[in-house]
Amino acid sequence: MSDVEKRVIRVIAESQQIDPKNVTRCSTFAELDIDSFDGINVLFAIESEFDISVPDDDAKQLRGIADVIDGVEKLLAAKQSDSES
Amino acid sequence: MQRVAVTGLGCVSALGMNVPAFWQALAAGVCGIRPLTLLPRDKLSIQIGAEVNGFDPGSHFEPKRLAMLDRFSQFALVAAREAVADSGLVFSPGVASRTAVILGTGVGGKTTDDEAFWKLYGEGNPRVHPTVIPRLMASSATSHLTMEFGITGPAFTVSSACSSASHAIGQAFSMVRHGLVEAAITGGSEACFTLGTMKAWESMRVMAPDTCRPFSRGRKGMVLGEGSAVLVLESFERAQARGARIYAELAGAGMSADADHLIQPNEEGAARAIEAAIKDAGLSLEQIDYINAHGTGTQANDVTETRAIRRVLGSLADKVAISSTKSMHGHALGASGALELAATALALHHGVVPPTVNYTEADPECDLDYVPNVARALPLEAALCNSFAFGGLNAVLALRKAPA
Repeated sequence: MSDVEKRVIRVIAESQQIDPKNVTRCSTFAELDIDSFDGINVLFAIESEFDISVPDDDAKQLRGIADVIDGVEKLLAAKQSDSES
Repeated sequence: MQRVAVTGLGCVSALGMNVPAFWQALAAGVCGIRPLTLLPRDKLSIQIGAEVNGFDPGSHFEPKRLAMLDRFSQFALVAAREAVADSGLVFSPGVASRTAVILGTGVGGKTTDDEAFWKLYGEGNPRVHPTVIPRLMASSATSHLTMEFGITGPAFTVSSACSSASHAIGQAFSMVRHGLVEAAITGGSEACFTLGTMKAWESMRVMAPDTCRPFSRGRKGMVLGEGSAVLVLESFERAQARGARIYAELAGAGMSADADHLIQPNEEGAARAIEAAIKDAGLSLEQIDYINAHGTGTQANDVTETRAIRRVLGSLADKVAISSTKSMHGHALGASGALELAATALALHHGVVPPTVNYTEADPECDLDYVPNVARALPLEAALCNSFAFGGLNAVLALRKAPA
């Protein structure tokens, strides 16, 4: 499990007060009982954890944990290349 | 027109977490004003308040739900649970759609507002939490009450500063009376002990540094409070059919605007609201035994209110017991009318008038019977409850003793 994956799962479990053992890369928001407003709270926690900003259009596409992990990795990579350039 | 019964009461205040604690303290003349614990006292010249001490949100709400609740909504929910359980009313789908929820608040989710924007402006944190808006909106507590009890009828929030709860209750009363709904959950909630709010009150120079002593010589102003009181109203017919206990009849409401000044109270405007409530209730002046006064403890309010009562009741004013329970539970702003109407309903129910505590000496300009310091056993037939808000928005409610 990558560092990003671990942190995403921890942050989502904490923000939704669910047992991290029940959260895997394959979990969907529906399975975790995360509704659309819960999802917005999850994004707030993720943005704070990684110091990133998730664009609204990208946020609308998120359906589960894997989407969040992939999205965070992409935004971190973009941040990295920005700071290098 | 339906007669309207008060069948359930709930409250959270500086005098305790429920109605038995509230009434016990009122009847014993216990003052709930203490040194502030919620705010940094080194940044304030006023060191006292009527805080709800020992309130543990975690014992009332699951963590996930709590994340959506400002302190003012927490108070409202705790008070409403008590009031609904006390009433014994069951909200079957047929009743739920014919029940209203109408609450008053002066400023809504002020704690949420203050904390969130301090992080943004003060700490430079660029992100504002997504729960801030649903927590701070003034109607948040009302929405939470509808969800708590599955109420699907008319529901909204009323705001008129220190008269908010009285206007809300007046509106709920009117809807039950005219058969628009069968029952109503109504009252008010306020929780605005934030540093910014307190500093703003200090700057108006209306806050007492020592304590709240309404109508007394030597009074120095008001003392901020917080809390919530919720009442269940229903038609007499309905309440009697199900054998409910009736604390009192809510018999009338009188409202007026001073159209004069944002801060200064106005004798004529206050008198018009008192007069309107008496008339609306169909009471004669002789029937009024008790007035739960607005009685903030400021120089201006207490003299103006005394004159307004005299103006309406004439020489009968000398025979009426008058008290300000703000001397005990503080001035809870948008919740105060509900706390005070609960106190008035309990006074009628028990035949005991709660006192004006901290009263030391008569003020020649406040020359009525303020039931100083000690409660008085008195069989009551009818009572008024006054609320006169900043901005000149007045609401007076009239209660009559429940038929035996």
